[in-house]
Amino acid sequence: MRLINQQLSPPVATALKFAPFVLLILVYLLGSAARLAENPNDKLLPALSSIAAAVDLMAFTPDRRTGDYLLWSDTWSSLKRLSAGLGISTVLALMIGIGVGTLPFLRALLVPFVNFISMVPPLALLPILFISLGLGETSKIALIVIGVAPIMIRDLAQTVLALPREQIVKAETLSASSWLIAVRIVLPQVMPRLLSSLRLQLGPAFLFLIAAEAISADSGLGYRIFLVRRYLSMDVIFPYVAWITFLAASADFAIDRLRRRLFPWSELEGGR
Amino acid sequence: MTALMLKNVWKEYGDQIVLENLSFDVAPRSFVALVGPSGCGKSTLLRLLLGQEEVTRGTILLDGVALPQEPGPDRGVVYQKYSVFPHLTVLGNVMLGPELQSERIWGRLFGAARRDLREASHQMIAEVGLAGSEDKYPAQLSGGMQQRLALAQALMMKPRVLLLDEPFGALDPGIRTDIHHLMKRLWNELPMTVVMVTHDLREAFTLGTRVVALGRTRTLPEEAERYGASVTKDIEIWPPRKAGGHTIFQSEFAMGWDDLTLHAATAGRPETKTET
Repeated sequence: MRLINQQLSPPVATALKFAPFVLLILVYLLGSAARLAENPNDKLLPALSSIAAAVDLMAFTPDRRTGDYLLWSDTWSSLKRLSAGLGISTVLALMIGIGVGTLPFLRALLVPFVNFISMVPPLALLPILFISLGLGETSKIALIVIGVAPIMIRDLAQTVLALPREQIVKAETLSASSWLIAVRIVLPQVMPRLLSSLRLQLGPAFLFLIAAEAISADSGLGYRIFLVRRYLSMDVIFPYVAWITFLAASADFAIDRLRRRLFPWSELEGGR
Repeated sequence: MTALMLKNVWKEYGDQIVLENLSFDVAPRSFVALVGPSGCGKSTLLRLLLGQEEVTRGTILLDGVALPQEPGPDRGVVYQKYSVFPHLTVLGNVMLGPELQSERIWGRLFGAARRDLREASHQMIAEVGLAGSEDKYPAQLSGGMQQRLALAQALMMKPRVLLLDEPFGALDPGIRTDIHHLMKRLWNELPMTVVMVTHDLREAFTLGTRVVALGRTRTLPEEAERYGASVTKDIEIWPPRKAGGHTIFQSEFAMGWDDLTLHAATAGRPETKTET
């Protein structure tokens, strides 16, 4: 039988789903045990017990200097920056994307410009942002917006332009104005795509967040990782990375759920 | 008195002449079937009537007035596909037109106005045989039901002219016959003129009061670009069909013969005899 026609029984499928995760943990544990057996002070692959101790210290013990629980205060400040950046990008994408997609005037005015801007490497702009906007929150949020918004705008404009011309003409025969076509025909139909686009941009958004925090911040997940790097504190870095991954994965999952919930028809149309 | 009047209409795209000196009148309440080989400009002509594109030369008059240069509620349209909005339910699709027309800011009605419209929409949905499917999305409907929905949606605007662009071309024969019956009844009952593009001659002669064939009279390859299509045949159906008038040819259909819900309700049910 050809491999492409293989039918997996449910238990096998489940086992395969978890296998890579288990394997990863296993490899880590073996590596860690081997290194610690050679040198009990090894910092590269700390034992689970020292990771647990570090998690306890970061998440459940107040910091001696500030009295904050560091993991939570870091998470809070990072998520604030991330959601501000993604929120602004989403609103921009929605307004410019729909405007560009529906109105020939805006299309001629903005499409070449947005396409050009989206090619600027955002990290190369970071020094400019720090110099012009200062080292505070504004420059970090601006970096996320500059990195994420142009791609989302292009994606959304494409989605609007891909709507069949027939639909727009049909709406006109139903007496819709340009504005009504935008709010009742175009907007609801591109919302699912906007959410999918947002999901795809979670990764880049985290990248820009951590890059900005690594260079200048006084709290945040990226700031903490780069701070403890100086002490080779892998026992702190590993749980932080796992936590960031978990946050991104849950956001991804939650947004997809939201899309199905709010726009049940988009699932029928093949997840558009 | 004519509903549509085309006078010396030309349509060119750059050097390519598509329609050449087209002139004909369409009487009110008639059902014109436009036929012709592929690429002869049938759909182009429909887009001109719709106002989606402008004529290069000539004039088109609708009820004696020059045709507006963009699509509007006086001309309804049903395409072969993409005619209904995938993000709205059947009810939402049917209610959309009147909602857009009467509420110009958000395109939504509330309260008593909404209740009245909902009532009217339910009637229209039942009229095209979709009763019971009000809360479904178009993706959950079959091709034939989607076209019924598209008709209902267009007819809510009470258009003076209904333009059909190969509306039933993608349906299988049985479904197509059903929807032909529906189309005929709607045309009989509603005060509108219908122009239908089709390449199914049988459909053209079954539904139309008049069949207009477009075609190129010059067929040499070097002439293809510089000579467009014009009317090659213009056939009045005999015996004449009159909208609203019943001829002997229609008496075979009883009331409700095209009602899907009635079919569904009576299908497979034994004669009314209840067992006790």
